[in-house]
Parts: sequence; C-alpha cells; structure tokens
Amino acid sequence: MFPADRVRKGRTAKKRASALTAGLALSALVLSGCAQSNREEGDGGGSGDVDGTFVFAASSDPKSLDPAFASDGESFRVSRQIFEGLVGVEPGTADPAPLLAKSWEVSEDGMTYTFALEEGVTFHDGTDFNAEAVCANFDRWYNFSGIQQAESQAYYYGMLFKGFSDSPDTATYKSCEASSDTEAVISLNKPFAGFVAALSLPAFAMQSPSAMEEFGANESSGTAEAPELTEYAKAHPTGTGPYKFNAWDVGNQITLDLNEDYWGDEEAQVTDIIFRVIDDPQARRQSLEAGDIDGYDLVAPADTEQLAAAGFKVIPRDPFTILYLGMNQQVPELADVKVRQAISYAIDKEALVSQTLPEGTKVATQFIPEVVNGYNDEVTEYAYDPEKAKSLLAEAGYPDGFTVDFNYPTGVSRPYMPTPEQVFTNLQAQLAEVGIKVNPQPNKWSPDYLDRVQAGSDHGLHLLGWTGDYNDTDNFVGVFFGQEKPEFGFNNPDIFNALEEARQVSKLDEQTPLYEQINEDIAQFVPAVPLAHPAPSLAFSERVESYPASPVNDEVFNQIKLTK
Amino acid sequence: MLRVIGKRLLMLIPTLIGLSILLFLWVRNLPGGPATALLGDKASPEAIANINKAYGFDRPLIEQYFTYVGKLLKGDFGTSIVTGRSVLEEFGTRFPATVELAVVALIFAIGIGIPLGYLAARHYGRFWDHSSVVLSLIGITVPVFFLAFILKWVLAIQLGWFPTDGRQDPRINATHVTDFFVLDGLLTREWDASWDAILHLVLPAIALGTIPLAIIVRITRASVLEVQGADYVRTARAKGLMEKTIRGRFILRNAMLPVTTTIGLQTGLLISGAVLTETVFAFSGIGKFLRDAIFALDYPVLQGFIVFIAVAYSLINLLVDVSYGFIDPRVRVQ
Repeated sequence: MFPADRVRKGRTAKKRASALTAGLALSALVLSGCAQSNREEGDGGGSGDVDGTFVFAASSDPKSLDPAFASDGESFRVSRQIFEGLVGVEPGTADPAPLLAKSWEVSEDGMTYTFALEEGVTFHDGTDFNAEAVCANFDRWYNFSGIQQAESQAYYYGMLFKGFSDSPDTATYKSCEASSDTEAVISLNKPFAGFVAALSLPAFAMQSPSAMEEFGANESSGTAEAPELTEYAKAHPTGTGPYKFNAWDVGNQITLDLNEDYWGDEEAQVTDIIFRVIDDPQARRQSLEAGDIDGYDLVAPADTEQLAAAGFKVIPRDPFTILYLGMNQQVPELADVKVRQAISYAIDKEALVSQTLPEGTKVATQFIPEVVNGYNDEVTEYAYDPEKAKSLLAEAGYPDGFTVDFNYPTGVSRPYMPTPEQVFTNLQAQLAEVGIKVNPQPNKWSPDYLDRVQAGSDHGLHLLGWTGDYNDTDNFVGVFFGQEKPEFGFNNPDIFNALEEARQVSKLDEQTPLYEQINEDIAQFVPAVPLAHPAPSLAFSERVESYPASPVNDEVFNQIKLTK
Repeated sequence: MLRVIGKRLLMLIPTLIGLSILLFLWVRNLPGGPATALLGDKASPEAIANINKAYGFDRPLIEQYFTYVGKLLKGDFGTSIVTGRSVLEEFGTRFPATVELAVVALIFAIGIGIPLGYLAARHYGRFWDHSSVVLSLIGITVPVFFLAFILKWVLAIQLGWFPTDGRQDPRINATHVTDFFVLDGLLTREWDASWDAILHLVLPAIALGTIPLAIIVRITRASVLEVQGADYVRTARAKGLMEKTIRGRFILRNAMLPVTTTIGLQTGLLISGAVLTETVFAFSGIGKFLRDAIFALDYPVLQGFIVFIAVAYSLINLLVDVSYGFIDPRVRVQ
C-alpha cells in the first residue's frame, strides 16, 4: 500500500541531484555543480497550461511500424496514432464508424463496396490522400508475395482476405477502382460480411504510396532466412493520423510528434507521445508510482485496487474478450458429450470470476461478448450444479470420476487471463468436487504452451482465450470452431459448414439468426466451456482527466484530456 | 610482448571453433521453437511448420551449423527472429548502454573496493577489518536481482532520489551522438541530459558492482596482508625507508597483481550480472536483450551473443595479462 503523498511526481533532475549529493559521495560523479539545464525540457508547446508530453509504458517494442505487416497490440497501439483506415471505430464500442471514408454503400449482392472519401486529407509527407492512394494500398496487400504472405508478416490480410494475387481462386479481394479522386470502388470475389468491420483494423490502415515507394516498404529481404524489417517499417511510417513518427530508439522508446496539419478537428492536448518499453509488469507499476510514466495498459488484477486507493486513475475497458476451458476430444473421456456437459455443470463461473478475475469481468454463457452480432440470450446454459455433473459422469460410465491432464500457461498475463495459475487452481478444486482429478501440466507460454495446445494432440483440458480484433462474430467463433483443429480434436462438419455460410451473408439482419443458431449448436456440442469475459484495465497518473478506453484498443491519444 | 599478444590472438581461433560447436548444439537442443515468438499468439500450426522450414530448423544439425559458420565468416550474424533487425545492428544499439553501466559499476567497485581492502589490512584485526569482512560477505551472498529490487524500492520508489528505470528521462529531449548517454550530454553540452543519465546509472551500477566490490575488498585485503608481512618489506623498514614509500611502492604495487586478475575476471562476469540488473531497471542494454532472446528462443541472437561474449572474454583476459607487465616488470621478462 502506498500513501499517495509518498509518490513523487514530476521530480526534476535537480531535485534528484541535491538528494544524491547529500546522500552519497561518489567521487566519480562530481558533476552536480554543472547540472544546469540549458534547454527547455521537451514540453513541445502544448495547448493551455498542460505538459503536452505523454509517456506511456509499452510492454515491448512494436514488431513493425508498417501495420500491414503487424498483428500485435504494441505495434497497433503505435499505428493507431500515425495511421488511419477508411473505417474507424465508434468511440467506446467495437462498431465500425466512418474515418477516412465519409460513407460507403454496398451493392445488393454484397460484392461491391463504394467508399466516399474525406477531402483535403494529406499524408505526413505532404502527398494527397485520395482514391488512387486507397487502391494503391489494396493492391499492395493483394500483391504481397513470398515471405510477405507468411503469417508472421501479413497475418490479418492472409486471414481475412483468404488469398493473394498468386491464388486468385481463393482470394476474397478482386479489384479496386478510383472512379474519381474521392470515390473508391472495391470489388470482391465472394461476399464477406465482416469486410467493413475488418477495415477498422490498423493492419488495413492507409499508408502513403509515395513514402512506401521511397523507403522500400515492399522490398522485404529476399532471403527466406528471416523476414527483415524494411527501411520504411523501421523509420518512415507515413500515414494521415494526428501524430507523426519521430524516432525509434529500439528497446528504449518510440517518440511521436503532433501532426500540425491534421485534417480532423480534434484539439489535441497531447503534443508529444513517448512509448517507453518496460516489459516487466511490476516495473510498469513502479514507474507509474514514481511518476516516471503517465500510464500503462493491462494492469494486474491484484494492483487495480491499490493503485486506485493511492490516487491513480484506473480505467477498465469494456470486456471484448473470452476465456474458455478447452477440452481435447482425442482424450477418450472427453470425447463423450456427457462428460463435457458434466464438466460444464461442475464449474462455478461466478466463484471463478470473483476469486480470480479483475473487476468488471462478466460471466460467459457463449463464446462471444454480448455486443457482438448473434449473441443468443436463449442459449443453453449449464448453471453450476455439481450433483447433476456427478450423475452425468455416472451415466457416461465414470461414477468415481477419472483423471485427466490439465494444461495451463505460466509466467504470462493475457488480457483475457491475467493470472492463469490462479484460474487453474480454482478450476482444479472445482473439478475435484465432482470426482475429476487433474494432472497439472504447466508450460511456459512462449514457446511451449501454444505449441503444445494448438499444434499437437498431447493435451487434455486447457485454458485459452481471445481478444476480439473488431466487431465480427466470425472473429470469435469462426476462429475457434470453423475448422478441425488439434486444439479441440473434434470434427463437426455441421458446425464448420454453418460457420462458413454465415460468414458470407452480407446483410446483418440475415446473418444474426444464423449466428444465434450456431451459438446454440456449439452450446449443445460443448467443445469447450466459455468461462468469462475478463475486463482489462489501464492505469494513469492523476493528471489524466479522461482516456478514450476502447474495447478493441482503438485509442488515439489526441483524445486524452489532461489537467496539468 | 607483441609476440605474446599475437600468440594469444591466434589461440582464440580454436577456442572459438570449439565453443561455437558446443553452444550451437546446446542452443538448438533447447525445448520449444522460435516460431511462436515470431508469429505471436494467434499463429496456426501450419504457419509454425512453415517458419521452421523457412529458417531451416528442420534440416540436419550439421548442415545448419556449417550454414551458420559460413555466414559468420562473412560477417553475417543473421537476423533476430523477434525484432527483424540484424543481430549486429541490435548489438550495436545496445552495447553502449551495457558498457556505460559496466564502467560505472567497475568505478564503484574498484574505487571503493581497493581502499576498503587496503584499510582493512592496515588495521588488521580491528574494527575496520571486521566490518569490511562482514560487508564483503554480505555483498557476495545477496543475489544481484534482490539487491537491485531493494535499491529500487527504497531509493527510487519510496525516497524518490533516483529514477526507477530506463537510461534517461524520456522527457529530456536529448541528442544522441555515440549512444553513450553520459558522453553524449558532454559532447552536445546538454549537461542536464548527462546528469540525468548518470542518475539513471547509479542504482543499477551499485547493484551490478556490489559483488565485484565485495570480491575486490577480500582479495585486496588478503593480498596486502601477505605483502606487508613479506621479507622485503621488513628489509625496507630496517633500511629506514619512509613509511609512505614503503606503502605506495612496495606494498600496494606488489599487492595489486592478484587484484588485477580479479578485476579482469569480474569484468567478464559483469555481463551475466547485467542480465538481471538490466531487467529490474528496464535498462535496454545487451543483458536485457539476451534475456529476451532466451525467453523467445531467438537462435540467431543467442548464437551471435555467444560468439560475441567469447571474444570479449578473451580480449579482457589478454588485457589483464598485458597489464601484469606494467605492474610487475618480471612478468614481461618471462
């Protein structure tokens, strides 16, 4: 527990200097006499009286500054400041909203999208954003070749558009046409209902064609040895967003400056963003307490209360996550649907949530959060009922229960699973109540756990989850249950087909009942137990008045309000 | 002397070959694979297989080894799987940080260690002696990460005398010329930047320098004790030489030989200490980078690192041997 007054903020180098010279006589360091600041410290000339420099702790460097080749949160966090897509996100929700495209129209067959573009928008290099630039971006993604197509590179394009120019048969994208400066028409080969929502991902942000040309954004290292970052991806990301790239001091920090020519009407208080890399969660918290940073993401559940009590601003995101208990049907006992139902009945989700998950977490009944299309209020639920679990186990031929492997990751904190060890212990005890004994199988998250659970069949029960990328049902259930996967070891063509069909229905009102039915089918089949929708939290120094927390992390720092 | 140095440098070649084979095998046999590090959470098993193929991890080890050495000889250390940058570039940007930290840690360890050990020997069996023995025992037994954590907790978080982590306050918009932050500030006359970098160095340097400090105290003490009882010291006294001359020219100089060896060894060990210290203080040097590489099984980085450390170690040893010659001319003759 920290008394708030002990936490020092905004200490200057000089204060530290006097404390040091008083406390320690380090003969080698007799510079104190000349520790005079002869420059303005980077305040960047923020509006009003606030310090416009905002320091946010990132947990790692971005993988790439070229968002088309990134899929991780830290890359996207930086991308969202520099780049904008045709489609953005309605603030505070996961729903698509106009951004660089003012509006769009979909043809009757769902194959053609006409985007009306904002006018007078320029990229950071001064070139115009127009329909040609839009087509240049789409064509760039479509024409990715070789190593660029790897999942480590164009992950989202590959996943969502199902193919590149060298495989036109499977590709969803067909062509892009600039019918005028402000109108781009995009044609698809087959309907893709999540198209517009998907465009809100930073991976599909608009980048300056001339800057990409100049700095070789497409000149990925030819060798298959390792995909090397291009010059563009290291030092020249050029978008239309409210902030411009300044410098990337690898392993240390990324600096962004305000884009004075930003087309939007946002009055930004934050004029300089510094993303400092601090990979240890404990160190991030201490850095905030010491006043060295202004905020960080993914606060450990155990820390939220203490930080709030010490005067820090803790802001929970609306949960857009799912944590589930997977069951591998290659294990004979788990192949029996009665056993899987029994496990569902054996779990007291309320207790699990209140004991191990952060404030704001909701109990899950299905594999999508409530705001996602197709959420089924009437889905079959397995309310906590240990007696029923026992009788189902007896029916399945295990009156005395059985023993099964339980895999869980260690030393990792995910938005949907801040403390896996605790979740495991909790479930272990609950399962023991009904006679199911588990063999704990802890594995390090990277690289062991995911390999073990997703690639092979050597696992039993396991913990895993997902953070939604954008508001689309397919991005949840389609990912989990859309095809045969070693993770669950089941083969249910009915569900696979239903998901493939629903994905292609382009009208939301026609799609909704399909997904409601799918959610019910999944509930009947019980390939996994949906446990909870955990809410991740952010923490900020007290000078932060408001922060635009978004369920899909779509947070642009020009909307941050500061008090000093 | 030059011939000795040349010989030693030649000896480095077989050492490096042997070491590279051993460590290559070791690194490649660690469990797990680098693919998830590269692909992230949402990777499919097929993609993981593709990556292993692309990197050649599915080829015979012997083939992988020769490919690796072949590239190494051309100066190609490979590309980090995690960051997508060349391994040499990664070392280049991080090495100054670790050197800076190690230098300050050494100044701390030597600057306090030698006088303390000397004083302890001079006042053998009395208060100074006892307290320095106890202190050095504590210094050696307290784990580096624990000490780092305590220093940070008390001096940075509770008292606020020092920054908690990093190399420099990001709000100080410092210019970087050499990536040695203290030096940069001096070169560009941005005194506050230099000062801030020094403040950022103090706690990590104390954490990192404590074990070498404790060892230097012990060795200095033992060595001075031995020398001051030596016959030639007694002879010098009998001849009526001034005490100052005896202490400076006879005792201290002769006592410094084993201390130099120790300092050399400790310098090499600073790198391993840096892994922990840099992690606790989010100090982006090669120590922290190595730790990340271990967690992610970033093979190219680990392999490059091993070669790098082996060379660095050998060169430090060479330097120690050369410095013997200056402290004790007899060594030069031999």
